[in-house]
Amino acid sequence: MDRNQSRRQIAAMKQSLFDQGLLDEQFIQLEELQDDANPNFVEEIVTLHYRDSSRLISSIDQALKERNPLDFNKLDTLMHQFKGSSSSIGAKKVKAECNLFREYCRAGNAEGCMRSFQQLKKEYAALRKKLEAYFQLARQAGPQETACRSK
Amino acid sequence: MDNGCFSSPRRDFPAGLRVLVVDDDPTWLKILEKMLKKCNYEVTTCCLARHALNLLRERKDGYDIVISDVNMPDMDGFKLLEHVGLEMDLPVIMMSVDGETSRVMKGVQHGACDYLLKPIRMKELRNIWQHVFRKRIHEAKEFESFESFESIHLMRNGSELSDEGNLFAVEDVTSTKKRKDADNKHDDKECMDPSSTKKARVVWSVDLHQKFVKAVNQIGFDKVGPKKILDLMNVPWLTRENVASHLQKYRLYLIRIQKENDRRSSSSGMKHSDFPSKDLGSFGFQNPVNKQQNDVSTDSYNYSDGSLHLPTVENKNHEGDKGTVSQFPIAKKGRPLTGNVADSNIRESSRVGLNQPFAQSEGNHAVFDCSLPTQYSWTEVPHMQLKEEHKSLVQLEDSFNQMPLHGKQHHIQVDQSQSVASISSAPSITEEEVPACIEAKPLFSDFKNDQSSSVNSIGNAVDTFSIQPGSLAMNAQSLEPISTTNSGLKAHGYNNLSCISDVEIYQRNLLLGGGAASAPLDEDLHFQWLQGECYNMNFGLQNIGMSEYYDPGLIAEAPSHLYDSADYSVIDQGLFIA
Repeated sequence: MDRNQSRRQIAAMKQSLFDQGLLDEQFIQLEELQDDANPNFVEEIVTLHYRDSSRLISSIDQALKERNPLDFNKLDTLMHQFKGSSSSIGAKKVKAECNLFREYCRAGNAEGCMRSFQQLKKEYAALRKKLEAYFQLARQAGPQETACRSK
Repeated sequence: MDNGCFSSPRRDFPAGLRVLVVDDDPTWLKILEKMLKKCNYEVTTCCLARHALNLLRERKDGYDIVISDVNMPDMDGFKLLEHVGLEMDLPVIMMSVDGETSRVMKGVQHGACDYLLKPIRMKELRNIWQHVFRKRIHEAKEFESFESFESIHLMRNGSELSDEGNLFAVEDVTSTKKRKDADNKHDDKECMDPSSTKKARVVWSVDLHQKFVKAVNQIGFDKVGPKKILDLMNVPWLTRENVASHLQKYRLYLIRIQKENDRRSSSSGMKHSDFPSKDLGSFGFQNPVNKQQNDVSTDSYNYSDGSLHLPTVENKNHEGDKGTVSQFPIAKKGRPLTGNVADSNIRESSRVGLNQPFAQSEGNHAVFDCSLPTQYSWTEVPHMQLKEEHKSLVQLEDSFNQMPLHGKQHHIQVDQSQSVASISSAPSITEEEVPACIEAKPLFSDFKNDQSSSVNSIGNAVDTFSIQPGSLAMNAQSLEPISTTNSGLKAHGYNNLSCISDVEIYQRNLLLGGGAASAPLDEDLHFQWLQGECYNMNFGLQNIGMSEYYDPGLIAEAPSHLYDSADYSVIDQGLFIA
C-alpha cells in the first residue's frame, strides 16, 4: 500500500512537472539511461547541473552588475552555456527564458536582460525545489520506482 | 573494408567503436558518456579541447570518431574540428545547443560529418558509427581505384589511406597500389602494405604544413632535408620519417605545379613569363615537355635505366593530367594561368578534398574553404588532382620513385606528375642535385640520362608513377641525389599520396589563408626541390611563380610516396640524404 501510494505520488508529481511545462523529453531520456550500473543516474545528473548552473547564474549576476555598459557578448556567452546546461536535464521553461534573455542581449536591451534574468532565476528556483521534492520521494520509494516509469 | 589498410573493424562493429567526447559542460559530458556506453561504444571523455588533441595525438589510432561541442572556453570547436580532420583525419561530429543554420553550415564547412543539436537523443548517437563506416568505405574505394594503376607502391601505410579520406591518404594508397601492381601482382593484393600501415598517420594540418614550409625556406630548398626540417619545425610528435614523406610530397607538388605552369605558359603563354628562364630552366621546357608528355605516354620511359616501365596507368592520367595540369592552381598571385585551370580542377578537388573537411566525408581534405580561389593553384590542384587522379598520383609517386619523371606516366594524379614532367624536361637533372630528393631522384636520374626523353618521361613519370619501383631505385642510385633538398625526401613509404593531398590541402590553406606569403619562398624551395629531386633541380624555380603554393610539404610528400615501393630502400641509399 505504502509503496503503491508512493509510486502513485511520484508518478503524479512527475506528471505535473511535465504538464506544467517545466520538464521535457530529456528528463525521460535520463530516466531511461538509469540502470543497475547507475541506479541514481538522474539525480546525479541533476546535481551536476545544479552545480554548473549556479556557478553560471552568479557569473551572469556579476556581469549584469557591471553596467557601464553591459557586456552583451559576455552575457550572451554565459547564457549560452546556461542554456546548454539546462537542456541537459530538460528544464523546459528555464530554457525558454534563456532564449528570451539572449534575444534581449542581441538587441542590446539592458532592461530586457535584467527582467528576463529575474524571471529566469525564479523559474530555475521553482524547478529546483520541485525536483528536490521529487527525488526525495523517489528515494523513499526505491530506485525501481522511478526508473521504470518513463512515459 | 578488406584492404588491409586500416585495421578491420571489429566483428561486432559498431560495438566497441572508440569515441572521444569533448565538451566543457560536465553535465552533458556525463550524459553522453552514459548514452554512448549504452550503445556499446568505448567512450573517452574530455572537457578541454587541448586535452582532447593531446589524447588524439598520443594515440594516433586510438579513436574512431570524435564528438565535440562547438562552444568551448579554451578552443573554438571548429578549430578543433579542423585539427582533427587534418591531423588525424577522423570523422568529427559537432554538437551544440544552438541550432542556427549559419552555425550548422559553418560546421559542415569545417569538415564536420554531422551536427547534432542538444538535447541529444540516444537514437542519434546510436548511428554515429555510420560516419566511421562511410569513411572506411571511401578509403577502400579510393584504394581500389588505384589498383588499376600500375601503382607505384607508394602506399606503405594502408592505414593512412583508410583513415584519411583526404587526398593524401588516397594518394598513398593509390601509389602503393600502383606500384604494387606494376611490380608484383601480389603487391596489389596487399593493398596497403600491412607493414607500412604501422606508421602512424600524420595529418599535415595547415599549421603544421606552414611550419614545414617555413623550415624548408629557412634551410634553403636545395639544402633541405628531413632532419633539418624536423629540427626547425620543433614539433615534438613529428618524426623524421613524417617530414621526409611530407617533403617528398611537397616536392612533387612543386613539380607538378611547375609542370602546370609550364603547360599553362606554353599554352597560354602566360606562364612562361612567370618563370624566368633562370628559375626554372625546366620550365622553359615545359612546352617541349608538355609535348613530350603527350608523347611520353607512348614512348614512356626512356630511362636510362630502361627498367622503368611505366605501368598502364598512364594514359588516362596522362590526358587528364594534361588537362589537369593546367589545373594546378598554382595559386600564385601572378599566375592567373594556373589558377584558372586549376581552379576548376581545384574546385573539383576542393569539392572532393576541400569539401571533405567540411563535409568530412571521405576524409577531410583539409579544411579549405570550399571557395577556393582560383589562385589556389597549388593546393587546389593537388587536391583535385589527387582526388580525381589518385591514380595518377600514385602513379606519379611510383614513377617518381622509379624513374625520373616519365612524362608519360600517368600523370601523377595531380599535377604532380605534370609538374614532374615539366620539371624533368627543363632541368638538367644533375645527379648530384638531389640525392636527398627521394622520390624525385629516381626520376631525375633517369631523366638525366635521357635528357630529352626523360623530359617526357619525367613528365610522365610524374604522372604515372607507376613506374616500377625497381627502376626507380636504379635511378635513385644513379641519380645521386640531386642535391637540393632531397635529403629529406626519403619516401618513407608513407603515404605519399596522402601526403601530397595533404600538402595540397595545406597549400590551399596556405593560399587561401594568405599563405601566399611564403609563396615566394616556397617557390624557391619548390623549385629547388623539384629540381634537385626530380631532375636536377637546377630549375631556377626560385623565381618560378609556381611555387606560390608549392607546398613544400606536398612535394616532399610526394616523393616519398614514390619511394614507397620496394625500391624505396634502394632509393634510400642513393637518395636519402637525411
